[in-house]
Amino acid sequence: MAFKFDEGAPVLEIKDLNLSYWTRAGEIPAVIDFSLTVHKGESIGLVGESGCGKSTVAMAIMQYMGSNGTIKSGSIKFKGVELTELNEEELRHLRGKHISMIYQEPFAALNPSLTLGNQLKEVLITHEDLSGAEAYDRAVQMLTDVRLPDPERVMAAYPHQISGGQQQRVVIAMGLMSSPSLLLLDEPTTALDVTVEAGITKLIAEISRKFGTSQIYISHNLGLILEVCDRVFVMYSGEVVEEGTINSLFTWPKHPYTHGLFGCIPLPTADKNASPLQPIPGQLPLPHERPPGCNFGPRCDFFQDGRCDRGVVGMDSVTGTSATDHRVRCVRWTEIDYGAEVAHGEAKQPMEFGDTVLEVDNMQKYYEVHDRSIAAIISGESVKFVKANEAINFSAREGETVAIVGESGCGKSTFAKVLMGLETATEGAVRHEGKDIAEIPVRERDPKQIGKLQMVFQNPFDTLNPSHTVGGQIARVIKKFGVEQDKDKIRDRVMKLLDIVKLPRDFYYRRPRQLSGGQKQRIGIARAFAGNPSMVIADEPVSALDVSVAAAVTELLMEIQREHKTTLLFISHDLSVVRYLADRIVVMYLGQIMERGTTTEIFDPPYHPYTEALLSAVPIADPEVTKREILLEGNLPSVLNPPKGCPFSTRCPRKIGKICDEDRPPVQMASEGHAIACHIPLEELRRVEPVIRVPQEDERVHVKEASA
Amino acid sequence: MLIFVLKRIGFMLLTMVVVSILLFLLLEIDIRGVATMVLGPYSSEEQRDIWLQQNGYLDPLYERYLRWLGNFVTGDFGESIRFKTPVSEILWPRLWNTAILGFWTFAVMIPISLILGILAGMNEGSKLDRSISVTSIITTSVPEFASAVFLSTIFVFWWKLLPGTSSMSDGFNFRELMLPVMVLVIYDFGYVARMTRASMAEVMTTHYIRTAVLKGLPYRKVILKHALRNALIAPFTVIMLQINWLLSGVIVVEFAFAYKGFGALLLEASLTSDIFMIEACAMVAVFVAVATQTIADVGYTYLNPRIRFS
Repeated sequence: MAFKFDEGAPVLEIKDLNLSYWTRAGEIPAVIDFSLTVHKGESIGLVGESGCGKSTVAMAIMQYMGSNGTIKSGSIKFKGVELTELNEEELRHLRGKHISMIYQEPFAALNPSLTLGNQLKEVLITHEDLSGAEAYDRAVQMLTDVRLPDPERVMAAYPHQISGGQQQRVVIAMGLMSSPSLLLLDEPTTALDVTVEAGITKLIAEISRKFGTSQIYISHNLGLILEVCDRVFVMYSGEVVEEGTINSLFTWPKHPYTHGLFGCIPLPTADKNASPLQPIPGQLPLPHERPPGCNFGPRCDFFQDGRCDRGVVGMDSVTGTSATDHRVRCVRWTEIDYGAEVAHGEAKQPMEFGDTVLEVDNMQKYYEVHDRSIAAIISGESVKFVKANEAINFSAREGETVAIVGESGCGKSTFAKVLMGLETATEGAVRHEGKDIAEIPVRERDPKQIGKLQMVFQNPFDTLNPSHTVGGQIARVIKKFGVEQDKDKIRDRVMKLLDIVKLPRDFYYRRPRQLSGGQKQRIGIARAFAGNPSMVIADEPVSALDVSVAAAVTELLMEIQREHKTTLLFISHDLSVVRYLADRIVVMYLGQIMERGTTTEIFDPPYHPYTEALLSAVPIADPEVTKREILLEGNLPSVLNPPKGCPFSTRCPRKIGKICDEDRPPVQMASEGHAIACHIPLEELRRVEPVIRVPQEDERVHVKEASA
Repeated sequence: MLIFVLKRIGFMLLTMVVVSILLFLLLEIDIRGVATMVLGPYSSEEQRDIWLQQNGYLDPLYERYLRWLGNFVTGDFGESIRFKTPVSEILWPRLWNTAILGFWTFAVMIPISLILGILAGMNEGSKLDRSISVTSIITTSVPEFASAVFLSTIFVFWWKLLPGTSSMSDGFNFRELMLPVMVLVIYDFGYVARMTRASMAEVMTTHYIRTAVLKGLPYRKVILKHALRNALIAPFTVIMLQINWLLSGVIVVEFAFAYKGFGALLLEASLTSDIFMIEACAMVAVFVAVATQTIADVGYTYLNPRIRFS
């Protein structure tokens, strides 16, 4: 089918688009008054929190809205062709050939029972009428282009046989098979590890340069958008509230929401004591409960009665500063002077640390894996060990926050399980308040002990029992831990806990389904603090939450910690959060500690080469912060068959030779408490430049411009 | 994979041995009872003693069991009390008749239920889906004895199109098979169709189907290549279980149409306390049950590459 493409027209031109969903409650406007133009080779970012309508826009471009979604008005033109007027058959020729999409969860996006080769080839067989053999060659070539090692093997594999990063490369290859002019990327790296994410984003950028593909990149991560896009659109509650070039928008955010978002991200300039995060108050309005006037009004510090809640707020071009091509949807944008406002929240006194609460001494956790294949039984190697944790040593003091960072599969969750008693250690000691609990499973611990060592879980959506009230669930914990026995006292205690986590007391009677994600996590925190714990393990407590909600929950957690002098063990893969709230950091890789020290020691040289790569991989939403680029090649080795010497030797960019492959690296002490497990001599590691460079306040563009 | 198959087969044999022990204990531990059943209620005590002596019933229990098992494995099921011929001479032809009935039932039911299930599941909530779902609930909830009478009334008495009995007294007659097949299909297709629908509807909401659509594949290809392969894994297991159901589920139908099949035989044997026939029928039923289950398990593993290559 031949479309009459106008090659002079922009690749994509959306004008005054209004999208609605029809539900039982009636019509719900999902996207309002949306306009966007994408030129050839340009890369556009769409940012916003969940429910802001960014994915709906992508689906509308694909004309795949589901049976209850409709385009109310407006036009979507692809190279001059109006997409809203095409029929199914015409759309079919457009999808996958001219516009293709890359998805958030690569594993779910691939058919589990077809080989990858089969799924790649069919794009060409359908759109270009190629024979199977020709399509095969092109697919292999494309897999090589997305830098997958051993493309022939990948072609014959099923999705579950390759790693998550490799799956995403296959999905990207699939999207690029027919050289589309427009690529839609819906959170393409959210499900991946940071080092893998860095590789994938670089690949996408390179490939779009090579093929001249335009991109629409949807993400909630402002740092990532900064790295990959030319222009950015910030969406809030179905509307674009601000748009502009990356530089302009990131340097001079004009909309209070955009400004608020930056206050929620733990940028390198944020500090938990001197300048804490500033969560945006309130919650995103439900689509059918949007306020009159500005949608952000009820949450805005600059809200003015009679102006912000009247009529429709239109987009206005930003002038004045060196901003170019920058528009904002705010009636007061000229009046607001962010410089005059307090830049960050109130400063707080640094905490003082007390006695040692946790001491981990040479802890090991091995899992036995039974291989039941015939070959293994014959060769007698039917039992293998997965060394989930090896020689873990560190301690934590009262009131201290210790973070464990590492990518998935590094053993950080296993470590938490041993602490909680869900698993028992194979060897070594874990002393909590002086008592060795390494080999006592949770069922044999006494309730007081369990209450003293509690956990906040990653996914607040699954950790609450849907059929009990919130109050009942917390009350039960209080009773079980033996804090209180009397009914009224228990109730009082629950109410106090609700006060502590800043939820209204009538939440006592609510059920989990009536709560938002952030509220659920607050309940999770209240539950963890029910037994007056001396130590709380937080396993990625905010990674499932939106930016502004995450900031509020992080601040809350730290406030409670400060009040109760609790030791916090924070498990995370996100180094920017960790830098913000941790006092000391432990970097793990394949079950072993690579580096440990105070936060400044970890973020400044000398670095372990793995720490260096991790730091480089973290996207930072500040255009004036510079980073050294270090890309890791290859995949995480299998835990069943780890490298003999240094676990990082297979991917290390600084590998010095055979010794790395064969010998365990020695633990070198850079200073008291700062340990690095590496073969490279300390002097050499000290000579490395810092990975992240933050400009001084007076070097910043907006400061210079203001003084000029 | 090979180890898995061997394991399943081993497990299947073990199940059968356990069932055979239970069956043997249940029916043959009371040896005087056996003698009474074989010789009739009017035989004398002496006759029974002699019979027990002659047939080795006075040997220890385990010896008797092993001998019984040995005979069973070699196909010697003993002599039917009612027919006064070896059990196997009666059993195999009857089983064959039921197999014919089962084959035609499957040949009609599987395509109908799969196609209806797939059509319904493709567009969940559509008019087609709702009418298929309602129809299959209605047909499944009408018991066989009711639909047998109902269909006989229509086809035999009103329209006089089909014979009312299926005794096949003049040799195999396809027309006589039609009513029993119809009753079984009507009763069972709804169940398989609904399972297929549920499985298909689930697959249609997955992300990989969205990927396939947004790749620009023709809709036919999305369904045939991407959806079906995943949607048919679950119904496969259900279909295997239907074989098992057919074997004993046909009792009503065979009796209603006087069809000389396995189900009717089982019923007659029970009514006349034909002990060796009951034993043989029971073991055949157990074998079919365990064998279909094993095939279902192995097949499920084979169809699902996530398990096959893990």
